[in-house]
Amino acid sequence: MSQSHRLASGGLVDRAAPLNFSFDGKSFSGFKGDTLASALVANGVKLVGRSFKYHRPRGILTAGSEEPNALVELRTGARREANTKATTAELYDGLEAASQNRWPSLNFDVMSVNQLFAPIFVAGFYYKTFMWPAKFWEAIYEPAIRRAAGLGRAAVVPDPDHYDKAWAHCDVVIAGSGPAGLAAALAAGRSGARVILCEEDFVPGGRLLADGGTIDGLPAAEWLARTLAELGSLPDVRIMTRTTLFGVYDGGTYGAIERVNDHLPQPPEHQVRQRLWRIVAKRCVVAAGALERPIVFAGNDTPGVMMASAMRSYINRYAAAPAKRIALFTNNEDGWHTVEVALGAGLQVAAVIDARAEISPAHRSLASKGGFPVLHGSVSGVDGGKTGVRKLSVSLTGGARAEVEADGLAVSGGWNPTVGLTSYHRGRPKWRDDIAAFVPDGAPPGMVAAGAANGAFGLGACLREGFEAGAAAARDAGRAGNAGSAPVADDEAFSLTPLWHVAGKGKAFVDQQHDVTASDIELAQREGFESVEHLKRYTTLGMATDQGKTSNVAGLAIMAAVTGKSIPETGTTIYRPPYVPVAIGAFAGHHRDENFHATRLTPLHHWAAEQGAIFVDTGLWKRAQWYPRAGEKDWLESVTREVKAVRGGVGFCDVSTLGKIDVHGADAGAFLDRVYINTFSNLAVGKARYGLMLREDGIVYDDGTTSRLAEEHYFLTTTTAKAGLVMQHLEFCRQVLFPELDVQLTSVSDQWAQFSIAGPKTRDLLKEIVDPSEDLSNEGFPFMGAREVALRGGVKARLFRISFSGEMAFEISVPARYGEAMARNLMIAGQPFGVTPYGTEALGVMRIEKGHVAGPELSGTTTAADLGLGKMTSTKKDFIGRVMAGREALVAPDRQVVVGIKPTDKARRLRSGAHIIPKGEIPGPDNDQGYVTSVCFSPTLDQWIGLALIERGRERIGEIVHAHDPLRGEDYDVEICNPVFYDPDGGRQRG
Amino acid sequence: MRITCPFCGERELGEFTYLGDAKPARPAPGASEDEVYDYVYLRDNIAGVMDESWYHGGGCRAWLKVTRNTLTHEISAVEPAPGAGARQVAK
Repeated sequence: MSQSHRLASGGLVDRAAPLNFSFDGKSFSGFKGDTLASALVANGVKLVGRSFKYHRPRGILTAGSEEPNALVELRTGARREANTKATTAELYDGLEAASQNRWPSLNFDVMSVNQLFAPIFVAGFYYKTFMWPAKFWEAIYEPAIRRAAGLGRAAVVPDPDHYDKAWAHCDVVIAGSGPAGLAAALAAGRSGARVILCEEDFVPGGRLLADGGTIDGLPAAEWLARTLAELGSLPDVRIMTRTTLFGVYDGGTYGAIERVNDHLPQPPEHQVRQRLWRIVAKRCVVAAGALERPIVFAGNDTPGVMMASAMRSYINRYAAAPAKRIALFTNNEDGWHTVEVALGAGLQVAAVIDARAEISPAHRSLASKGGFPVLHGSVSGVDGGKTGVRKLSVSLTGGARAEVEADGLAVSGGWNPTVGLTSYHRGRPKWRDDIAAFVPDGAPPGMVAAGAANGAFGLGACLREGFEAGAAAARDAGRAGNAGSAPVADDEAFSLTPLWHVAGKGKAFVDQQHDVTASDIELAQREGFESVEHLKRYTTLGMATDQGKTSNVAGLAIMAAVTGKSIPETGTTIYRPPYVPVAIGAFAGHHRDENFHATRLTPLHHWAAEQGAIFVDTGLWKRAQWYPRAGEKDWLESVTREVKAVRGGVGFCDVSTLGKIDVHGADAGAFLDRVYINTFSNLAVGKARYGLMLREDGIVYDDGTTSRLAEEHYFLTTTTAKAGLVMQHLEFCRQVLFPELDVQLTSVSDQWAQFSIAGPKTRDLLKEIVDPSEDLSNEGFPFMGAREVALRGGVKARLFRISFSGEMAFEISVPARYGEAMARNLMIAGQPFGVTPYGTEALGVMRIEKGHVAGPELSGTTTAADLGLGKMTSTKKDFIGRVMAGREALVAPDRQVVVGIKPTDKARRLRSGAHIIPKGEIPGPDNDQGYVTSVCFSPTLDQWIGLALIERGRERIGEIVHAHDPLRGEDYDVEICNPVFYDPDGGRQRG
Repeated sequence: MRITCPFCGERELGEFTYLGDAKPARPAPGASEDEVYDYVYLRDNIAGVMDESWYHGGGCRAWLKVTRNTLTHEISAVEPAPGAGARQVAK
């Protein structure tokens, strides 16, 4: 395809590298160096989208990330990305883009009839119209509105690309590589500072790329090349293009998004699409420039109306002509550059409409040389439509009217410094009358604005301010090298007569992305929404994806005018990051799907997987839940087999996930006395004891066995879930509460693979594993014994005679690297005894049969007495939680306490969560006496059993109560019973 | 936010866990229920400079007393807890 609007020469595009692309299915070509927008301009495409509310035809307004209109769906399928700015999307070969918010086509959009109803689609329309009946909102109004209004469609399948997160550290981070940013980088870099220069664009240079100029006597392009070469030669200066500094956070941390591979159809293999940077910098120079602002007039959204500076970008940087016959509407000196550039590119200039009373003699002579009229006045209307601008109506100063024929209109209403970054910590910018703009008023610590971002619009001033800011930042960061001298350029006079809104017939848009008009703002004021924060929310001004970059200041200027206040009195809304939209995927980085969090595998994991174990996620851990065997029809069959194997023979379970802490020191016992409700200082060496710890508020925190391996060495275990928190809690006790104690804590959770070996044949199996010299008899190793033993082959292990299952049992810890070998040896040595590996389900069944409490009972609301463990409480010492545990409500006689339950119908299945209600009463909150905490099918009793927290439960053994389960629609009776269903006198575990 | 751990140097927020007001001191054994109640539940919520307990769980496991301005997040001092293992740490 020919590029009808491509200029014959010039620009920073590579004419030797043509690229094909499609827009709405139609094929076009552009060049390397184009954006999608510039390639569309070069192909004469003016209509690129339909507006949000009225479906009005829209074109390209800007040439940067402030673009409100030219939003497209980029790419297709899983990589389809909605609301992508054509003005920043780099062109690549094969690019596919589609316009948004139109049906059936961009040229013929059914919903554009909304324009006919425009008088009703005013500010607050939704609030006023869809109020009643309330239930209609979700069912009818919202779905209909969402279909009619809106932007692009997101992909509907998971994003196939990877995103990365990275940290960087430097002395000075600089936002923007225009003249101010480059001068700052030069000064800081030469001083020896570590510099990171972030540039949003894919080429450094900022406005130099479009506006040129003369610096140090060189044409801007030459100076730019020389400067980039010098910066490239400095080892500690890093220029990051395609990278937007989007936010500033506490302590000199800055957020930046790097679009690593957005300029390619898809990222090369093993590369990420985008990378989220957190940059820690001692100083920050904001050289983010300024954005040219529109003037609001009727028809200002017609395709072909474009910011004057954007028009220069398209002509100079991209060699693409936005129009053949251009008019300029300006209220300031700078806009006239567009006329010079257009004439230089051989384009016609139809007229200049200048709102100022006076123009310079130089411009007057330019007009006579260029043969175009200068009209003093304002554009008050545009004749045109989806094919673009045709004719302009001009209200001349003095009241007369004129018409200008043109196919493009450049608009300049002045410049707004980019005050986002400097204002993100609730800073409010201040108004400067001389440039009629807000400029930063202070900034977060360590940050300073320079150049146009600080209201210094001339090229010379930008270079000077940037250089000084860079040199000062380096000095503040402790880099005292010689910064040399600042680049020099002329300053231009900046003359501007503020003009925000031209009265006229027809819609005059303030916020083009959200279709907010000047009359919407006037209406908001009439209805009492005068404050800028109310104005914003009522009209949605500035709330679209562009965050009002081109519209906010004009909006509040119009509000100021209708309220009779000044602009600074009207004030700005609060600025919040991010400066540009950042994909959630970039914030997530690699932390998605199976990598959402770390996965912890026990030392036995791979062995268990070989055995076909089914794993369950327990916190970060994968734990073997059961080990199915061929022919078993469901989990219950497998679990039942495992329980029976343990109760009848021997089995083993991986309990490596328990938290394990070595406690050393002369005061180790005294320390444990203060953190547990029971006493450990009197525990004999070689013995283990079950311990219960409380929170300081008296509620149970965690439990586990702790063994005394030597006079000054205890080995403490925690539950799997609380391992990290208990360590933190104990460190707090040790370091903050009891620093006088001589005690040290070492987390050894990952150092040991731990097995529970249980069942009447445990000792037979252990004899095959443990060195024959070790005495495992009841006398030599009694119940609750604990000591280090040697295994056959010499490996040292820790052996504990403790039982969770109620059977004769040991727990054995071996160094983690021997865990898998240990499992294999147990299987081989245990073959004659029918050894059976069992999972967490069987473990749970056996603990419920034994009435041991676990997570569901240690719920963060229960006391030691609630759990039936009140007798453990020592009255002879102080410990964490002692005093608060004695509070009235925590010792009340009607508390819900742990008891056992059995269904009266023996065939009935129990489910946890059911509420306990007195028999014969209608269930309700008033007679809710507790709930079922844990249930299992007990193979030993051949029926379902459970544990429950029931009011005064221990006094009610034998009582029949009602279990009410409204969630599952179940109601049945259960009998309250002793929670120890199996071997209540504990003979088996001591045997 | 960044906290300068006396043992590890300046580290980012994610390595630390916040506990809260560092001022309340645990009453001695034998204290009344009211005293312990105050210690457990009553906390100042200062808009300005306050001492807070932070845990460097992602680093050296030291508990720290961090003096922070809750309005600006400015941290003016970081001290190790008395039992954190260093009586004196170089500033």
